[in-house]
Order: sequence, then structure tokens, then C-alpha cells
Amino acid sequence: MKGNSYYSRRIHSLLGVIPLSMFIISHMLTNFSAVEGGAEGFKAAVKFINGLPIVLVLEIVGIWLPLLFHGIYGLYIAYQSNINTGQFQYGRNWAFALQRISGVITFIFVAWHVYQTRIQVLLGNISYGDLGATMNAIVTNNLYFFFYMIGVVASMFHFSNGMWAFLVSWGITVGPRAQRFSSYVWMIVFVIATGMFMASLLAFRGDEFKDASAAVETLRTLANIG
Amino acid sequence: MAETTTATAAAGKTIKFIITRQDSPDAAPYTETFEVPYRANMNVISALMEIQRSPLNAEGKQTAPVCWESNCLEEVCGACSMIINGKPRQACSALIDKLEQPIRLEPMRTFPVVRDLVINRERMFNALKRVKAWIPIDGTYDLGPGPRMAETKRQWAYELSKCMTCGVCLEACPNVNDRTSFIGPAAISQVRLFNAHPTGEMNKEERLETLMEDGGIEGCGNSQNCVRACPKGIPLTTSIAAINKDTTKHMFKQWLGM
Repeated sequence: MKGNSYYSRRIHSLLGVIPLSMFIISHMLTNFSAVEGGAEGFKAAVKFINGLPIVLVLEIVGIWLPLLFHGIYGLYIAYQSNINTGQFQYGRNWAFALQRISGVITFIFVAWHVYQTRIQVLLGNISYGDLGATMNAIVTNNLYFFFYMIGVVASMFHFSNGMWAFLVSWGITVGPRAQRFSSYVWMIVFVIATGMFMASLLAFRGDEFKDASAAVETLRTLANIG
Repeated sequence: MAETTTATAAAGKTIKFIITRQDSPDAAPYTETFEVPYRANMNVISALMEIQRSPLNAEGKQTAPVCWESNCLEEVCGACSMIINGKPRQACSALIDKLEQPIRLEPMRTFPVVRDLVINRERMFNALKRVKAWIPIDGTYDLGPGPRMAETKRQWAYELSKCMTCGVCLEACPNVNDRTSFIGPAAISQVRLFNAHPTGEMNKEERLETLMEDGGIEGCGNSQNCVRACPKGIPLTTSIAAINKDTTKHMFKQWLGM
């Protein structure tokens, strides 16, 4: 990598928290509206987000560009690492290996998920209002449902363990006691966040999201999403 | 003592070794098995000395004696690091009675292998030069006594000074390999040691800036194998996190021109 890798790594680390982790939480809450408010609640939540001023700028600066940098530089970091969990079977070494593995899975999952949802909106195949129905079409296919569950577990592990590592890499949790306590906190976050995303995936399987509208039907066949 | 030695030797008890050997830096590695007569209180070094005395492999064939490096024989010099039954450690403190047999010996391949179990740890000494792991006290005139170090600080800094540059932490680290230029945990901990010293502190920024370049502290991926592997029990991960904190502070200070 050209340039000073210290700054590249720090930017990679910072972008993981601001804005990507913040986006994960916002996405988690939006999705959870499908659990709390059903199809109507989810529609309202999507509408609220898309009603934000300069929403496209927010998306590009707050999600797409950071995601691209974090994802691509992250693949490079994963490439640079050995996995030696066979020789050193310590919990933290497993977390180190899983952070890289889950990062690669998340990269594939996010790319696929963005293609199936946001890109379809961009291409004009569906509108924002159809996102609930699109998700329904995806997760009612058992293979995709399984793929999405793996994606959720991988990305939530990467997020929680990444937050733990961020606190170490910036020198916030220094001693072993602080780092252990932090690992408990982020383990709890991992469980809660995974549970909330899983609950929304299950909610999207509900019949109330089913929409036989022409747009979603065309998408179902054309994009082969389910 | 002499009696027990004869008694055990007479009993014909032997220790089996499977040693990964390599004839020259570029030669292909191979394994060779050895049977060494057991004596009480042996360590890996004394077993290797036994092989040197009668270089016969398990088939009874004459072979070149196994090469290894060692000096102090009391785990303070760091020369006899090797992989013993899968874990990097010092051969001098690896007691035969506490090891599962057959005992497998391998060189630490993170470093260039010179011959058999001998490795070249030059990169570690270069790292110490890079971060200036010393305290500059020379002047053109008598600089007088330096500032005093608080006893409480001296106590934890002493733990860091136990580092013997043995290379075990680099061997255990998944991020020290030929795809990265990561300096490794040992040198980062030495920066913390010399930055803690009241006189060494005067060149604090210089050492931090070296770690804020390619191959510096950012190479750490927090696998924390180093602190588990360190034979001297040095709190390496605490040192890394503390230096992370110092480089973060230094980065913001630089940017803001403070």
C-alpha cells in the first residue's frame, strides 16, 4: 500500500465506528420497525429516512464511500494475516481469526444485499415503498433466508468484536481488566444486535409483507432473487 | 547422583526426539528422529548436547550433529528459542520430564533459518535500532545527573526491561509474516520502557513517530498471542495499547499543531 499505513489503518478503524457502526444501529432500528409495526410500520420508517434532507449526500458520504474504503482495505488487512488458531487456541486469537473471516463474509453479504435492495431502487426496478415486499420475496426463499442469517451473524460479530478492537487500537482500553470488561460488553451487544436483526428477518417472512405487485414479481424473476 | 544416572541408563530408558533439520539457509527442511539416553533433570539443551556427543539417529546411522544456539542456560539471553512440541519457547527451560514424547523440535520459521534449529534474529535488533531503544546521555559537556524515577514507576518498568529479544512473541504473532512489515510486539514494549524513563522521555516523540510509519504499531491485529507466549511474562498487550494511546495523542497534537 502506498502512503503511510499508520494513517490508512487508523482511518479504516475510525470509519468502522463513525459512520459504519452508527449506520448498523440505525439500520437495526429501521428493520426492527417491521417487528414492532409490521408492514405499515416498516413502510413508515423507510419513508422517514428517505424524507431526510440531502438524503443522497448522506448516503454517499455516510455509507457508500466509508463502506468501500473499510471493505476493500479490510480485505487487504485480512490478506496480510496468518491464521494460527491451530497452534494457539486462545479465545482472543480465535476472535482475531474470526474478525477476518467474518469481515470477508460480511463483504460478500453486504454487496449482495445492496444489489438486491438499494441497486434495484437505483435501477428503477422497484421503489422505496416496495422494499418490504422485496425483503419478503428474498427471505421466503429458504436458501436466501439461510444466507441472510449467516450474513447477520458474521456482520454483527465483525461489528461487536471490531468495536472491542477499536477501543484497544486507539488506546482507550489499555489494561487487561479494561479489555476483559469491554469484551463482555461487546459480547452482549453481539447477542442483542444479532437477535434484533434475526427478529426482523423473521418478520419479513410474514404474509403481510407479501405483495404481488408487478414490480416485485418482475424483480423476482429478472434478478433471480427468490 | 552418579548412582541414579547409572541406574536409569542401565534401565535403558530413552527420550525420543523428532527434529526438523535444514542443512543450509536455502536447503529443504526434513525431519530426523533421535533416541537419547535418559538422565534425571535433563532439559532440551542437554539432550541436544547428548546428540552432539554421539550423532547417531534412531536407525543407528551416523549423521551430522544437530545445530542449535544457546548461551546463558537460565532463560535470560533469548538465544535458544525454538518450537518445542508446537509452542515457541526457550530450550534451556524446557525440562524433559515435563514434555510429552516424542519431543518435536523445529526452528522458528518467522525468522530466516541458518541451519537446523539456528535462526537469524537480526530483524529484532534492527527494530530496536529503528525505535532508538536506548537513552541518549552523551553531550559535549557534563550534563549532570538526570531526573529521578519514581519507585512505583520503576517497578512496572522493570518488568518491561526483562525482554531478552528472544523472538517468541514474533513467532506467535499472526501478523508477523512476509506479507507485512510489522515490527512486532517486543520493540513496541521497549518504546514504552524507554519512554517511561525520565531521561528517555526527552526523546519520546522520536520513538512514537517511528511507530507511526509503515511497519509500525498499526500492524498489530490484537490477537494477543504475544502476551500468552512471552516466557518472561511481559505485559506486551498492555504495552501495545498504552503506545496506541500515546500515538493517538501524538497524532492529534501534530495535526492541531499543539
